[in-house]
Amino acid sequence: MGRKLLIHNDKVPGINTLEVYRAHGGYASVEKALKSMQPDQITDEVKKSGLRGRGGAGFPTGMKWSFLAKPEGVPRYLVCNADESEPGTFKDRYLMEKIPHALIEGMITSSYALGAKTSYIYIRGEYFYVARILEAAIAEAYAAGWLGKNILGTDFSHDCYVQVGGGAYICGEETALLESLEGKRGNPRIKPPFPAVAGLWGCPTVVNNVETIAAVVPIVNMGGEEYAKIGVGKSTGTKLISASGHINKPGVYEIELGITVEDFIYSDEYCGGIRNGKKLKAVVAGGSSVPILPTELILKTAKGEPRLMTYESLSDGGFQTGTMLGSGGFIAMDEDTSIVKNLFTFARFYHHESCGQCSPCREGTGWMEKILKKFLNGTATESDVELLWDIQSKIEGKTICPLGEAAAWPVAAAIRHFKHEFLEIARNKKFVDISHYDRLNLIRA
Amino acid sequence: MGSQVHGAQKFDEAKRAATVFSDEAMKTVQTIISHYPPERIKSAMLPVLHVAQAEFGGWLSPETMDYVASILKVKPVEVFEVASFYTMYNLKPMGKCVLEVCQTSSCWLNGAEDIVKYIEKKLNIKVGETTKDGMFSLKVAECLGSCGTAPMLQCGASYHENLTYEKVDKILDDYRAEGKLRSYTDLDYKNTL
Repeated sequence: MGRKLLIHNDKVPGINTLEVYRAHGGYASVEKALKSMQPDQITDEVKKSGLRGRGGAGFPTGMKWSFLAKPEGVPRYLVCNADESEPGTFKDRYLMEKIPHALIEGMITSSYALGAKTSYIYIRGEYFYVARILEAAIAEAYAAGWLGKNILGTDFSHDCYVQVGGGAYICGEETALLESLEGKRGNPRIKPPFPAVAGLWGCPTVVNNVETIAAVVPIVNMGGEEYAKIGVGKSTGTKLISASGHINKPGVYEIELGITVEDFIYSDEYCGGIRNGKKLKAVVAGGSSVPILPTELILKTAKGEPRLMTYESLSDGGFQTGTMLGSGGFIAMDEDTSIVKNLFTFARFYHHESCGQCSPCREGTGWMEKILKKFLNGTATESDVELLWDIQSKIEGKTICPLGEAAAWPVAAAIRHFKHEFLEIARNKKFVDISHYDRLNLIRA
Repeated sequence: MGSQVHGAQKFDEAKRAATVFSDEAMKTVQTIISHYPPERIKSAMLPVLHVAQAEFGGWLSPETMDYVASILKVKPVEVFEVASFYTMYNLKPMGKCVLEVCQTSSCWLNGAEDIVKYIEKKLNIKVGETTKDGMFSLKVAECLGSCGTAPMLQCGASYHENLTYEKVDKILDDYRAEGKLRSYTDLDYKNTL
């Protein structure tokens, strides 16, 4: 049984309330931080912990915090990225819904470290009911003095607010999120300047994922060095994995980084194997944008070593034979799954979600969807596989934000590992009914 | 000024004059605005548009957008450019209950297409259409973060997960019996797992 630091109390009745959360040791990190630590000491602990951003990019959190500019007289902000939208990812929703105070506590402790008097939790609009749960938790925290003026009798005052989005995947990109928080379209900004220098309303801002901020709580409580003892190498601590697809036990699992992929898929503690006695065909290990891998490469690296649930092991072999841990959105597909059609759902997704700012992404995602549709309606030719490869290669690295890469990578990986499926469809003109997809955008005409 | 807001729709001055938040909605709007520095009230745009959509019939008419612009002290086009960017804002009238069926990977792997077809047949409408009685609209949505409980549909604030045909029957029956407008801002969300 692995150690759990984030959702160990998720089954405790009433854990969503302040009373029960507090009775289980909640808000201890705020007490410890405000009463016995200087803000920079907390950043040091986060650095020592080796915590890496849990939203997908995996950037070291302590380093991100240390970049925050601190000019005199200019407010600084902490913004929580709760715009969880990467297909296959639902861990943040689980955490916020079950244990909302875990995020609020992390927001307060982190804001103290960063010197932020105000913080915002930007949550995707579809999670409106989760925003209600957070708002109720925030109201409890204010009433009990964990938020507001002079928390615990110290000089530290803090306000935390929830803002709901309007339905746009792109707002998970941190600068698009800030634009949206400012009441605008979610068009990513050109960097630099980075948010650490000019973020919300031009002020220095740290944007962190929900799980990252929640992880600050155990790090402060146990100390960065203790936290870093969990995991393997530079993949320290625990990670929430959203498991879905054709597995026996879909759900959110907290794992110690370093367990094997095989153990995660087949043990009863986690996914419990593939449903209906079927064989595993492929896995998207870290949310829709990371490369899909066939069974043999997800279970073992090209060198024949067992693949581990770590940042390094999953990316072993680069994109030729590896993938990424990403957001931890783990989608398993059984032997009957059409890789081409699954890819079509991703391509349609990215086309729908492209903000339209950069031509390679706006046009490229549309063309990829159109060409994949040809495979599904039986009109594709063998040369369409080459065309698809060509288009994806012309998006990567040519856009303001990483949505371009996110859209290109899954297409490249599907062709790299499952080219025979594309060719088979092109040769046999196999028809798959997709009639209703044509109506996708009619509603917004 | 309002006639510039939305080329496709005629701007109705009388309707605009009648577009005013109820006291309760106005209180909510003022609370939202208080979350931002006074010179940054444009930031309240997205949440205020949600309140407006719920308050004025489940969609954002040119008159509604013009009214929101006046509250946030911005130009009407600034409201329209936001409303037209995000998928949750409806720019035309919708049914009282908008059913949004997720169709991305994990939901597709678990039969989302069958759910869509079943609802289309049951309500005798296609995706993008509204039933004649104005009760239901059917939409497809991209990943709603319910992959572990797929397939799923969202209606207003409520998440209906692990869908089966029987569950869909019950959900539709319940909403029809209730007969009220369902919005993202509803406090009485009724999730089913």
